[in-house]
Formats: sequence, structure tokens, C-alpha cells
Amino acid sequence: MKCKKCGGKASVNMRQHKLALCKEHYLEWMPEQTERFIKKYEMFTHYEKILVAVSGGKDSLGLWDILVRLGYKADGLYLGLGIDEGIGYSRESHRLAEKFANAHGLKLHVVDIEKEYGQPIPVLADKSHRGYGKPCAVCGLAKRHEMNRIARDLGYDVLATGHNLDDEAAVLFGNTLSWANEFLLRQGPVLPATEGLARKVKPLCRFYEREMTAYCLARGIEYIYEECPFAEGSQSIYYKELLNKLETDRPGAKLTFYLRFLEARKSGNLFIEKNVAQEHLHPCPKCGQPTSAPDLCSFCRMIEKVNSITAS
Amino acid sequence: MSVKLILRDKEHEVKHGMTLLDSLKKINVVPESVIATREGEMILDDEILKDGDVVKLIAVISGGSLSLRGC
Repeated sequence: MKCKKCGGKASVNMRQHKLALCKEHYLEWMPEQTERFIKKYEMFTHYEKILVAVSGGKDSLGLWDILVRLGYKADGLYLGLGIDEGIGYSRESHRLAEKFANAHGLKLHVVDIEKEYGQPIPVLADKSHRGYGKPCAVCGLAKRHEMNRIARDLGYDVLATGHNLDDEAAVLFGNTLSWANEFLLRQGPVLPATEGLARKVKPLCRFYEREMTAYCLARGIEYIYEECPFAEGSQSIYYKELLNKLETDRPGAKLTFYLRFLEARKSGNLFIEKNVAQEHLHPCPKCGQPTSAPDLCSFCRMIEKVNSITAS
Repeated sequence: MSVKLILRDKEHEVKHGMTLLDSLKKINVVPESVIATREGEMILDDEILKDGDVVKLIAVISGGSLSLRGC
């Protein structure tokens, strides 16, 4: 497969865009696209102070790297969750976040949950009896709380997270399965600031998880590869696997799922009962059945079309 | 000799002369869920795998604490 820009050997193929690029052009394309999304969704400007939530994983480190390459004023925030499970998961992810910050001369704020609240995440989860035996719900809750606290206390204009399209599609899929309309109505690339809550943005929301992995590999960014030991068997991973099977057979399915949702949400019609359907119906001049089409109903138009083709 | 595919700590062997895509299907790996590298360089689905190739498959899925309520 060849790079669409230079004809050289392609390293990344994005079937949903029908676009293959070599490493060099891929590394140019990613920041260009990120900038486009930042502007399209009015996430932030070059005059604002950004706090990037950094976990040591591919998405957050990739995001930080892209924002800095684009010239944004972006500092990092690492939350020490105290997850060990015999592999020193938090220690290693902290090391990689520090390594990236030091290599690029960037400022990284570090907050240790155990130091702040007396217990690491697994113990908080266990003692609070939240999350049905898994600490993921408590972890998510603590992260959202602490990210907002630090962004607000340190005067950042906006909090940026590394959520990619697979994250967004998995959340959307889960909330759609249960028709959680109040949560569906909140999901989007930007959560505006409200009283006490910092603006939250997701500049990677239109990149596949695969693309973020490719970006880190191509840029030589060392990230924590091992999965969080508690993530195994999680619902979000299960949904991602399902969606990837769909994507393999139908390239672009994940992107369409997410973008059509955003369009529906933006239009203001999501979950609003429309009583206008009846109002717009009128009898088809040919068959008399109700139709919303301006003239003949779809069936009569189809028959007319077939008849005209047959006659000619 | 054959082609070795490595995903996390598991090794799989397939016949050479197949494309990467066919090899992934053969070992029941969803192509969307991995990136393949050979000698440190990313390779694509249409790459024909040669005798003796060692292909490292990098899993791309991560998650766990994603709140299904709104990230």
C-alpha cells in the first residue's frame, strides 16, 4: 500500500478515511487533524492555559505531545492511583509520564490519591462498596473529581483528556443499550464550564485508538503498554471489542456511529418527541395514502420511475 | 521455517506467503484491535509475510475506568 501524499511505502492505513500514509506524512497529518477538531468544536485557543490529564498511556501522552507540537501552553497532571497488583502499575505509569515531561521540558503536576485521601484507589473502592467488586467506577469518579479540583485550583482554563473515538463509541454504545438519555445528552467533545466545574475537552475524540497507538510508535513515545490489572473483563473493553469486530467488516462504522450521534445531539432533536410527524403528512395525490413527501408518496414515485424506465 | 506472530506473551505460527490480514484471521485476532510491526516498523494488512518473519502485534485497546455515563 502506498502513501497517498508521496507514493512511498505506507505505514498507517485508515480504512474509514480511505487514506494510507507513510510515517512521515502520518506524523504531519495527526497534528493537522487535531488542530482542525480543536477549532471545529471550539475547544480552546492558543491564549488559554491547558491542563492535560496524563496517565502514562498512549492516548494522554500522544495528546500532550500533539498539543505541544501545535504550540499550545499545556501542562500535565498525573494522578497516582496506587494500583500495584504485583506489577507496580501506577509506579511504572508515573515513571513514563515523568520521563516524557522531562524529555520535553514540560511541567507535570503529580497528585497522589493515597497521600491526599489516606487510601489508594483499590482500598477506597473496597471500603466504599462501590463498583461491584471492581475499582474501575471509583477510579473514574476519583479521576474526574481530582482533575477538576486541580484544574480549578491552579487556574487552568481547560482540562484536556485523551479520550479517543473508541472510548467515545464504547460509552455511547453502553449508554444506548440502556437508553440512558440524560447521559447521552451530556456526551460530546466539549463539556462547557459550569459553576465549579472546569471546561473539559477531548481533542482526540475523532481518532481511532489504533491511530493513537500508531502515532506513539511513529513518534517513539514510550507509554505503558500493560493494561491496568483491573481493566480485564471490563464492560468498556467488551464494547470496544464488539465495535472492532463491526469495524473490521464495515470500515467507518465506529466513526459514523459517533458522528451521527453528535449531529443528532447538536440538532436538538435527540429524544425529543416529535409531534410534527402527523402535521407534515398529507394525502398522496395519486393513491391517497398519507405521506411526508412534498408530492407523490415514495411508493408511487417508485412505481412511476419504474414505469417511465419500462416505457422508454 | 514459518512466520511467527507474537501478541503479548503468546506466540502463534502461520505459513509464509500469506498476507498479514489472512494471518490475523487464521489466529483469530481482530485486525482492528492490533498494530503489526516487523523489525520495529509498522506493516499493513496487505503485507506478504516471508519465511522467518517475526511479527510483533501490539494490542491497541485500553480502558476500564471509562464511565459509561459520560467519560
